Amino acid sequence: MIEFHGVWKTYPDGTVALQSVNVLIERNEFVFIVGPSGAGKSTFMKLIYREEVPTKGQISVNGFNLGKLKPRKIPYLRRNIGVIFQDFRLLPKLTAYENVAFAMEVVETPRRLIKKRTLEALELVGLKNKANSLPSQLSGGEQQRVAIARAIVNNPAVIVADEPTGNLDPETSWEIMKLLEEINYRGTTIVMATHNSAIVNAMRKRVIAIEKGIIVRDEPRGEYGYEI
Amino acid sequence: MRFSTFSRHIREGTKSIIRNGWMSFASISSIAVSLFILGVFMLLTLNVNRFADQVESQAQIRVFLELDTPEEKIASIERQIKLIPEVKSVVFVSKHDALDRLRETLGENADVLDGYEAENNPLPDGFDVDVFEPRQIGVAAEKIKALNDTDPDKSIMRVRYGEETVKQLFRITNGIRNIGLVIVLGLAVTAMFLISTSIRMTIYARRREIAIMKLVGATNGFIRWPFFVEGALTGLIGSLITAAGLLAGYAQVIRSTRLDLGLMMFDLVPLEEALGPVGGVVVGLGTLIGIFGSILSVRKYLRV
Repeated sequence: MIEFHGVWKTYPDGTVALQSVNVLIERNEFVFIVGPSGAGKSTFMKLIYREEVPTKGQISVNGFNLGKLKPRKIPYLRRNIGVIFQDFRLLPKLTAYENVAFAMEVVETPRRLIKKRTLEALELVGLKNKANSLPSQLSGGEQQRVAIARAIVNNPAVIVADEPTGNLDPETSWEIMKLLEEINYRGTTIVMATHNSAIVNAMRKRVIAIEKGIIVRDEPRGEYGYEI
Repeated sequence: MRFSTFSRHIREGTKSIIRNGWMSFASISSIAVSLFILGVFMLLTLNVNRFADQVESQAQIRVFLELDTPEEKIASIERQIKLIPEVKSVVFVSKHDALDRLRETLGENADVLDGYEAENNPLPDGFDVDVFEPRQIGVAAEKIKALNDTDPDKSIMRVRYGEETVKQLFRITNGIRNIGLVIVLGLAVTAMFLISTSIRMTIYARRREIAIMKLVGATNGFIRWPFFVEGALTGLIGSLITAAGLLAGYAQVIRSTRLDLGLMMFDLVPLEEALGPVGGVVVGLGTLIGIFGSILSVRKYLRV
């Protein structure tokens, strides 16, 4: 599903973000990416959806060879990947429904499908009754659930979540994690970068630890492994 | 492209024009002004060309003699002109005839000639010369002028024919047209930059949406389209206003000059004939300027 082979990433300012990274993530896995701030977690995530390109090495995602991917083909790669951020990134002037539908409209989904799948996605995240609320009328947890509905509405093969619980209180964080686990059960691969040790320790999924751009640990059913 | 996608682009483009308010207004006005000037010059050129055709078709040479040329001399010159092979006919126009003609042309304003009678008629005697072929008119005119070479009195004062007038007319209008073209070009470039600034504001206002569109896999074309629509629509609106104003104004000009020009045996290009070229160029060019303006901004500021 996702394969990194000898991947290096050096930014123009000379920062070495990743060094010789080799990772294989299988279909339907749930993977936590952990490590100190600035260790290269975000770079790792951005390389998956080709926000960044590797300086050296090869990456393939869901059958796309990212090194050979022409810029105009990037949109078709991204349709296989749902991305979730710490800061939700919803459009403030659109309702929950419109925010989710927007993701389908812009990939030119036929109109009759948009309504059906948008409502399904909102139902899955438990927000069908708040479809007409604006983001400003929703709590943080609800906003993140709208963002998750938006990420899954196009049926991606992979969800890339960069600190999705970073702005949420512990209880809300757990709701989000249950939702992600549910989505994972339904067959979507999930790669999630996090600093939340409680979640990582409780969920017992595969853990990949990155420090100074190097993978220092990769365990199935691992633990967070850092002092808080 | 799906119809729903297309209508979405149109909707988004229109929304941006409204949202950009004053900036859109400035773009539309500047397009309108530059195209208006262009349109005026086009109408001018159309009419000058028509005028030239009308003048040329009146393929007649007018020969003016020096004042007080004796009658025998006049008769001899008339004979010599008749001998020129290109010449079809020669008609003597006495200075009295010339004065009557001038009175006729001036119509109601003929009173300026009051006081000029037979004794103090300032006009020269002359001939109207017709040729067989309008194309030969220049050659014939040169040959008539050349008659002076063998005449010690140089009795022929002037030889005039349509083409000469036309040439002079073209020299003047070409000058005006070149200046006009420079002005129009300058204004068109200004309009283009205003539009591109307007589009840049839209891109900035929509950067979040654009970021999300990229993230969920909207194609570059899909992201760019609304901006092209915005530019093209701005240009289209500006040029439609201009075209409507120009043609309404021109219709008024035709109405109010019909009588005067008719007396001089000329008429302006009718509205139906001007509508196609002027309207087409103005609207087409306006839309193109708009699209180029948006391309400028999209290439520079929309990193997709």
